[in-house]
Amino acid sequence: MPKIIDVKELDFIYMPGSPYEQNALKNISFSLDEGEFLGIFGPNGSGKSTLVQLFNGLLSPGRGTVTVCDTDTADKKLRQQLWKKVSLVFQYPEQQIFQISVYDEVAYGPRNLGISETEVRQRVYLALEQVGLIPEETIGVTPISLSGGMRRRVAIAGMLALNPEILVMDEPMAGLDPIGRKLILDIINNRKEHKLTSVMTSHNLKEIIAIADKIAIMDSGCLVFFGAVSELLENNNILAKYRLELPDHIQLLSALAERGLKVNTNIRSLNEAALEILRLLA
Amino acid sequence: MDNQGIEIKNVSKKYNNAGNEIAVLHDISLTIKPGDYIGLMGMNGAGKSTLIRMLNGLIKPGEGKIHINGMDTADSDNMTSIRKLVGVVFQNPDNQLICPVIEEEIAFGPENLGLPLSEINQRVNWALHAVEMEKMKHHSPHLLSGGQKQKIALASILAMLPSYLVLDEPFAMLDPVSRWELLAQIRRLNTEHNITIILSSHNPEDFMHAKRLIVLDHGSIYLQGSPREVYSQDGKLAAIGLEAPGIYQLIRQLQQAGCYFSDNPNSIQELVEIICQK
Repeated sequence: MPKIIDVKELDFIYMPGSPYEQNALKNISFSLDEGEFLGIFGPNGSGKSTLVQLFNGLLSPGRGTVTVCDTDTADKKLRQQLWKKVSLVFQYPEQQIFQISVYDEVAYGPRNLGISETEVRQRVYLALEQVGLIPEETIGVTPISLSGGMRRRVAIAGMLALNPEILVMDEPMAGLDPIGRKLILDIINNRKEHKLTSVMTSHNLKEIIAIADKIAIMDSGCLVFFGAVSELLENNNILAKYRLELPDHIQLLSALAERGLKVNTNIRSLNEAALEILRLLA
Repeated sequence: MDNQGIEIKNVSKKYNNAGNEIAVLHDISLTIKPGDYIGLMGMNGAGKSTLIRMLNGLIKPGEGKIHINGMDTADSDNMTSIRKLVGVVFQNPDNQLICPVIEEEIAFGPENLGLPLSEINQRVNWALHAVEMEKMKHHSPHLLSGGQKQKIALASILAMLPSYLVLDEPFAMLDPVSRWELLAQIRRLNTEHNITIILSSHNPEDFMHAKRLIVLDHGSIYLQGSPREVYSQDGKLAAIGLEAPGIYQLIRQLQQAGCYFSDNPNSIQELVEIICQK
């Protein structure tokens, strides 16, 4: 499998040489396969947002290399084309909406690709559907008249309309209600089915554990864990140190196993856990 | 004094959107006593933020009245007193940080209260300690991460020592360790300093210390009660798109499949004990 993101010995320093110099990323190496979903965790200020801004060339490595979609992001000429392949949804993206209609907002990116307006329109409609909005009812609406949660959907649709090879979202679930959060997970699941890569920063392991392939954990600019979800589940030290909580049903099964009951602890979903407990009680 | 507390009486509010009237709150009545710890649940658009903005007079009720310690929030003469009493921490910290240095940011409120310098310093240090950000005292808030900014926004309100602390999704961007610390800190403010807490969140597990949950749906009170009472009706929550903590969902699935529990379990430990005994 080709590596769609390949990070080697990456350092990144904010404002080097100034009194505010801050070593934000230290010697980071990992790689991600195409079609995988990576969840990035870590304390506030550990470097998550900095790291994701290196994936689309918004920031350039201080040392080491970041290769994304076979493109060296340090190459200034190539870097400027990366936005077409890697879409980055910032924290609170609803605050950067600036067009006067939902249609123009979502169409902004695709129009810059130089494709026909017919194709732009198709992409806008498809993207709005993907974020759970009815295109016919929303394209004429002014974004500022929508609630924050709805505006966030519009902002995400604007990124999906670029048909990115990699979708990177920085805490997209913050402040969303359960339906909004489920929608984000559905978008990622849908991309997984089409073998498309997604990356998300998060603080809630419970929410993404069922669909994540790889987990990265940052601390003070260092990558302290990178691996498959199953490896993380076996690493009690890391889970405890960062207070990464497992879903209640997984905690329950582990507790039952510790009490000596013969129980399958290799279960992810709540439904499967319920069936396993029913089997125990039968 | 018998007029202490927050009295919300028959409050309604409509917004005008391109000629259409949209009702955001409908006939809300609620009494919040000093020392209470209220959890506020509801979907995006259910009216939580509007209700929260009404508590310090940022938004006035369309109909009905809100009294804070007996003072009408619709009377602009009361505004200064009400805002000293009611501290609100909003959701997005970027919208509420104004000073170039963190220390100044925290001191901004207490300075406006006209306090002596020694008291201001004491409050700044205490508030920064409460959110574990003392080390960053002389940094700029604008170079912090999203979650760190959220802590500074909270500290700047704490330094005002409000009687009523209103938090609109304060954990939205916090890492788990910070979230636990902040939950513990909020509980201490409530139990040791008798500060009344009104907390909104989308994560049902954030309400573990709440004495009472208020569930809003389309601008009306849909359910209220202790967390246990509300979460046990998780089918009702699901009907309006909300979730109870995972353990309640699991218990309901088991009950629907025919399991009978004589004591209603409401924690992982309780359920483990019951299963082990069977």
